[in-house]
Amino acid sequence: MKYLVCISKVPDTTTKITFSDNDTKFNESGVQFIVNPYDEWYALVRALELKEKFGGSVTIINVGGADCDPILRKALAIGADDAVRINTNDSDAYNVANQISNFAKENAFDVILTGKETINYNGAQVGGMIAAILDYPYVSQASKLEMEGNTATIDRDIQGGTEVISVDAPFVLSAAKGLAEQRIPNMRGIMAARTKPLKVVEPIDSENLTSVISYSLPAEKGQVKLIDPENTDELVNLLHNEAKVI
Amino acid sequence: MAADRYQPHDFYQIDELLTDEQKLVRDSAREWLKKEVSPIIEDYYERAEFPKQIVPGLASIGAFGPYIPEEYGGAGLDQITYGLLMQELERVDSGVRSTASVQSSLVMYPIFKFGSEEQKQKYLPKLASGEMIGCFGLTEPDHGSNPGGMVTNFVDKGDHYLLNGAKMWISNSPFADIAVVWAKDETGRIHGLVVERGMDGFTTPEIHGKWSLRASATGELVFDNVKVPKENLLPGKSGLGAPLACLDSARYGIAWGAIGAALDCYDAAVRYSKERMQFDKPIGSFQLIQKKLAEMLTEITKAQVLTWRLGVLRNEGRATTAQISLAKRNNVDMALSIAREARQIHGGMGITNEYPIMRHMMNLESVITYEGTHDIHLLILGHHITELQAFK
Repeated sequence: MKYLVCISKVPDTTTKITFSDNDTKFNESGVQFIVNPYDEWYALVRALELKEKFGGSVTIINVGGADCDPILRKALAIGADDAVRINTNDSDAYNVANQISNFAKENAFDVILTGKETINYNGAQVGGMIAAILDYPYVSQASKLEMEGNTATIDRDIQGGTEVISVDAPFVLSAAKGLAEQRIPNMRGIMAARTKPLKVVEPIDSENLTSVISYSLPAEKGQVKLIDPENTDELVNLLHNEAKVI
Repeated sequence: MAADRYQPHDFYQIDELLTDEQKLVRDSAREWLKKEVSPIIEDYYERAEFPKQIVPGLASIGAFGPYIPEEYGGAGLDQITYGLLMQELERVDSGVRSTASVQSSLVMYPIFKFGSEEQKQKYLPKLASGEMIGCFGLTEPDHGSNPGGMVTNFVDKGDHYLLNGAKMWISNSPFADIAVVWAKDETGRIHGLVVERGMDGFTTPEIHGKWSLRASATGELVFDNVKVPKENLLPGKSGLGAPLACLDSARYGIAWGAIGAALDCYDAAVRYSKERMQFDKPIGSFQLIQKKLAEMLTEITKAQVLTWRLGVLRNEGRATTAQISLAKRNNVDMALSIAREARQIHGGMGITNEYPIMRHMMNLESVITYEGTHDIHLLILGHHITELQAFK
């Protein structure tokens, strides 16, 4: 099996978010970046586990500039065999999906994995778009993936239960929590990553279908109101008239 | 201990001076330590026991001899990466960092620098993988700041050396497989010898009752007519300069490590200041708390810049003993002061093991004394400034 894992660069979860250029750009100054956890902890690690069990190869792919190379090195240190970076802006999901699809088509991957979403923009679009462009089946939010020959059995957590799906490769999957356990790179992996190939590919012509008008931060959290546990009338009153949730 | 909520602090964006690989090694070590060591460290500290089960993991993150070349099992990394690893280890516990410092700077370093090819092949790969743990015997009961006065000695018996004497305050000694021991020959010249556990007459009694570095094992090395094979003498260098070169390496690592302990105390204090309410406000809103936090960040930032520069000099082979003394002395003192201030900010909670503060503070009382005391480092600097020696 040839696995292709899509890797995004996202700000560390503790980042203090600010915007620049009239609130149209995320201000990257002083921000620490990490591999999108859904891509790293679940999609990449499950692909590596399956490769280690049945053989094959794991290629990672990213759409972005040279500033993405450190996160690709980390994914190589965790165990991916080689990396590809498509050298263009990643601000539009369709463009990203188009670039990845083009590379995937030319290199015939059996399983394409993405995280279920990135933790910064939460778009959750790229996996589905790749599947549509390549005309592959798409299984979203997978929490378990087993392969037998060419056939995958995939669990999806759904409201109140689990859905089990069977699908033949090639297919696209988006990874949710539970698909695998995080792997921390060790020194041997970091040393091996030094010489693993990281190929930079120029993009194909593709348009951005969306553009950002502005960003804004959520409203600041209000004060917490503590209510005496005996005073249920007051609790109901506040939930009904102030919070308006019941 | 409550969950490890540590977040790094890099006020002057020193990260921009680091390579991607240096940051990857550091961040991976941090993740591993948070997952595997933070949850157990308070328990082992209280029990006064070194968590031996973490040794393979320490080896896997590169904590043992990261700058030793790959052909001998090391990672072939630079001195800044070594420093960053020591910082992350000491951020969790000075005792864990001590174990790695000793293994790297005081056991692997002398074998790599002064050992024969056979000695390097025999010991270094096993030390790098953690299969073997080493310790370093220089300090004696009556010779701490004055190691040159040591009485441990060996006599040439033709086909072997006969070693007698005792070493004191030796980190890792109770469970070490080998000891790099400094002893005088019949002419009074200091040499390094590799003594292996199991050699007749060699014992390693543990020192109990420490209120510091409790998660690290400390002991003695006792040599009672120990027959040491001649091939175990380190041939590359003799004289006091040989062990002092090892100390340069270890003290350099401690300078980085102390920043880790300081960062952990500062980080806990910042969080507590925002969460702890008094007079209906977070205590962080009071000027006296802000003064303490601002001074802590100032001192940490100065130490980060100073130590990064020392790392560059060390990578270029230009860092002097006096420069290393300045950094070790400054940074450990800085960390100890921050631990004490952070303890104050935490009020009564600061004395409990819910927070790492008091453990860091107690650990740092050793760190400020070992590897050259706080005062001896002043005298090394004084010697450098005046070219007049004050300690002899």
